[in-house]
Amino acid sequence: MTTGHTRSPVTESPLIQCVLMFLGLGFMAVLVLLPLASVFAEAFRSGWKAYHDALVTPQAWSAVRLTLLVAAIAVPLNVLFGLAASWAIAKFDFVGRGLLMTFIDLPFSVSPVISGLIYVLLFGANGWLGAWLSEHDIEIIFAVPGLVIATIFVTFPFVARELIPLMEEQGTEEEEAAIMLGAGGWRTFFSVTLPNIKWGLFYGVLLCNARAMGEFGAVSVVSGHIRGKTDTIPLHVEILYNEYNFVAAFAVASLLTILALVTLLLKTLIEFKFAPEIKARKKA
Amino acid sequence: MASTLSMVMGNMAFGRLKRHTVIPGFRVTLAFTLLYLAIVVLVPLSSLFFKASELSPHELWETISSERVMHAYKISFGISFLAAAINSVFGLIIAWILCRYRFPGKKIVDAMVDLPFALPTAVAGIALTALYAPQGWVGRYLEPMGIHVAFTPLGILIALLFVGLPFIVRTVEPILQDADRELEEAALSLGATRWQTFRLVIFPSIFPALLTGFAMAFARGLGEYGSVIFIAGNIPKLSEIVPLVIVIKLEQYDYAGATAIACVMLIASFLLLFIINWLQKWNQKQTRNT
Repeated sequence: MTTGHTRSPVTESPLIQCVLMFLGLGFMAVLVLLPLASVFAEAFRSGWKAYHDALVTPQAWSAVRLTLLVAAIAVPLNVLFGLAASWAIAKFDFVGRGLLMTFIDLPFSVSPVISGLIYVLLFGANGWLGAWLSEHDIEIIFAVPGLVIATIFVTFPFVARELIPLMEEQGTEEEEAAIMLGAGGWRTFFSVTLPNIKWGLFYGVLLCNARAMGEFGAVSVVSGHIRGKTDTIPLHVEILYNEYNFVAAFAVASLLTILALVTLLLKTLIEFKFAPEIKARKKA
Repeated sequence: MASTLSMVMGNMAFGRLKRHTVIPGFRVTLAFTLLYLAIVVLVPLSSLFFKASELSPHELWETISSERVMHAYKISFGISFLAAAINSVFGLIIAWILCRYRFPGKKIVDAMVDLPFALPTAVAGIALTALYAPQGWVGRYLEPMGIHVAFTPLGILIALLFVGLPFIVRTVEPILQDADRELEEAALSLGATRWQTFRLVIFPSIFPALLTGFAMAFARGLGEYGSVIFIAGNIPKLSEIVPLVIVIKLEQYDYAGATAIACVMLIASFLLLFIINWLQKWNQKQTRNT
């Protein structure tokens, strides 16, 4: 490890630099790197075969399929919402705009447990719509629709909050020019707006998807933990762990860890390649 | 309720559109946004307060101030606060070395700061538990010293340190990046020591951002569930966090009780959200001034 140096004449003494590097990197290593390493260490504790066996069980597969299904519904819906919301908020000026943006951010400040609870109150057996739903044989809580809607809630702001500052930054001139030249609304969106925001959109989708596949608290409340039926990957990890089946729990957890690492890698690549676009987002 | 709300907001919007624009799609995108927001967020959230209002004030008070719940508040608020405070110190150091120093692997360290955002909380929870359990990589060195982390409040602290760290680093980093180094040079040439420069020149400019990050980490800690429940041991009155109490009440079909406590936590998070918004405005003003 070399101590850092900067071109600027103002910096700390080498000793202080060493101490700061040691504290900062040490904290990162113990708090972030060790847990990451331990997931794989625990997963491979009994060797490759045990790891492989834990992943090919029918329950693990149904958890993977369910997680993919939930994300495949929740993410596109939130993309649609994010595009609509950012178009309305960034391209137009209206009273209540700030309030609307605060409302969009709300799900981020709600505890995951409460995010699940509100749907139980709404759709559960004793909930507002519970009687009507059971009359019509519609299952939401303790069933897949509940998982989907709770996931939509917790991932709700991701796309919108990436796109709003970005589209604000880009202003409306290009779109106005396109309209003046005779392009329709959709054409303007697809050939002018979308190319401008594509990396920001991809970034938002990436974060939205990572959270959708990894959400635990909210889906745990609405799932009822019916094995092989309402277990997403994170819930399956919990079940295995609580059964003291640690190798299997960590093996399944390693899938989610790989997802997180891929997400971080793509995120870093986008930030690296499209720094100016991302910077606009950070400024706002 | 949803339709009234969207009508009110829509009227406000349509009635006072400030400038004329040729861009189409305002009504339809705003209507869709409001409808979706109402269905997914506003109506479900308001159901919480309606459910809580089914309780009489006395019952409500009994529920939210019972001994077990009071202990859980103390644990949740106290440890979240402590974790956010510790993270403020180390987060600032990490942001500092990422902005100011050059070292090999810096890009990787920078990317790893976001791992707690990207890693599912349940995975973080079991990984931290494995590390700090008596036989774990870290636990085996701490246990002989009499430091028990797993299944104690100390474990909650570790989990909340993990989930809160990126908030501090990511809010302080841009401010440090944009900081005007000439001010520091001026301070140096006027005879200030490096510590004086930090204390009197740099720190005041990053303080609003640091406080914003602190509040965000604190808010996140209050609501955190997945990473905590595995490592906490969940002993009532000792290491039981508020979100877990809500889940336990729910599992006992005590919906009203769960809701009442959830309302308390929701009000706390909204207050924090309000404070964070205010801090961010202060932060922006501060950045413009320097």
